[in-house]
Amino acid sequence: MTLGLVLALAAGTYAMRLAGPLLRDRFRVSEHGRRLLSTAALTLLAAFVAVSACYESGSFAGWPRLAGVLVGGVLAWRGAPFVVVVIAAAGFTAALRALL
Amino acid sequence: MGSPNRTDRGSDTARLLPAVASMALALAVIGASLGAIAVSSGVPLWLVTVMAALVFAGGSEFLVVGLTTAGAAPVTALLGGWLLNARHLPYGLALGDALGEGIGRKLFGSHLLVDEAVAFALAESDPRRQRRAYWVAGVTLYCVWAPSVLLGGLLGRGLGDPHLFGLDAALPAGLLTLVLPALRDRSVLRAVLLGCLLAVLTVPLLDQGLAVLVALLGTVAALPLPNERRRAGAEEGGAV
Repeated sequence: MTLGLVLALAAGTYAMRLAGPLLRDRFRVSEHGRRLLSTAALTLLAAFVAVSACYESGSFAGWPRLAGVLVGGVLAWRGAPFVVVVIAAAGFTAALRALL
Repeated sequence: MGSPNRTDRGSDTARLLPAVASMALALAVIGASLGAIAVSSGVPLWLVTVMAALVFAGGSEFLVVGLTTAGAAPVTALLGGWLLNARHLPYGLALGDALGEGIGRKLFGSHLLVDEAVAFALAESDPRRQRRAYWVAGVTLYCVWAPSVLLGGLLGRGLGDPHLFGLDAALPAGLLTLVLPALRDRSVLRAVLLGCLLAVLTVPLLDQGLAVLVALLGTVAALPLPNERRRAGAEEGGAV
């Protein structure tokens, strides 16, 4: 790994981050368009959650992680506080790994 | 909704802090393990710390450390990292207003655009609270990330694997918690379900970063169904 690689990764990532807010300034988004954009972002975020719950660098991440995320999801759905959800997800996954 | 005064902002921040802090703690342990892994595979400590501060996108940092130390060509690692981070462009399109006005806020605020800050912002519907959530989460997580990578590198292998503590499940679960309330909206739910299905099914065929982008196709499911549109039109006509 070299400094050049790090700088190139950083520059590309920053460009993609900055492009969104700058492009958005170029046109006026209607209320309908605004809702669609935020739905798109939520979909992207949820897909990122789903993919990172199921996969680790392209292959199945194993049942403990998936089960842990699901346990967290159910607790969140039942209205558990954020901290409880995060700790339960991690704890359940760690416990399954220790047992299996 | 009260006026935008100091106490209001203060209570907004106080309401956010427990959730942001627990997310930050999970992120810190992940960062520390990145530092430990990088140093033990021969990456200089200063370099991985600089990367954490400049890139600030954990997944791509793990990917680049993993690929380069496994002997992959730098171009491969770079393309993989860029592709994984491409989701930030649509995030920015959706959240542009949450960064605030002025070029300075846009230039610095863009660098804070990570999944977690996006999730905190999207969990708010009021624009002012959305901006507050974005900045509180973004700044906190940024202040935690690079120092935790440095600390992990200094402590070396002692930290071991974040998998041992199940922390690889903690971050997705935290993000899921922030997304869930938005799913009460039927059209959002349809889009999210279709998007997740498409992404999960395409990971084995495509690169992970590309599969996440494929989920954007799910947004078409959010377009109103014919009878829904008619009902919405009737409601609007009736209310106004």
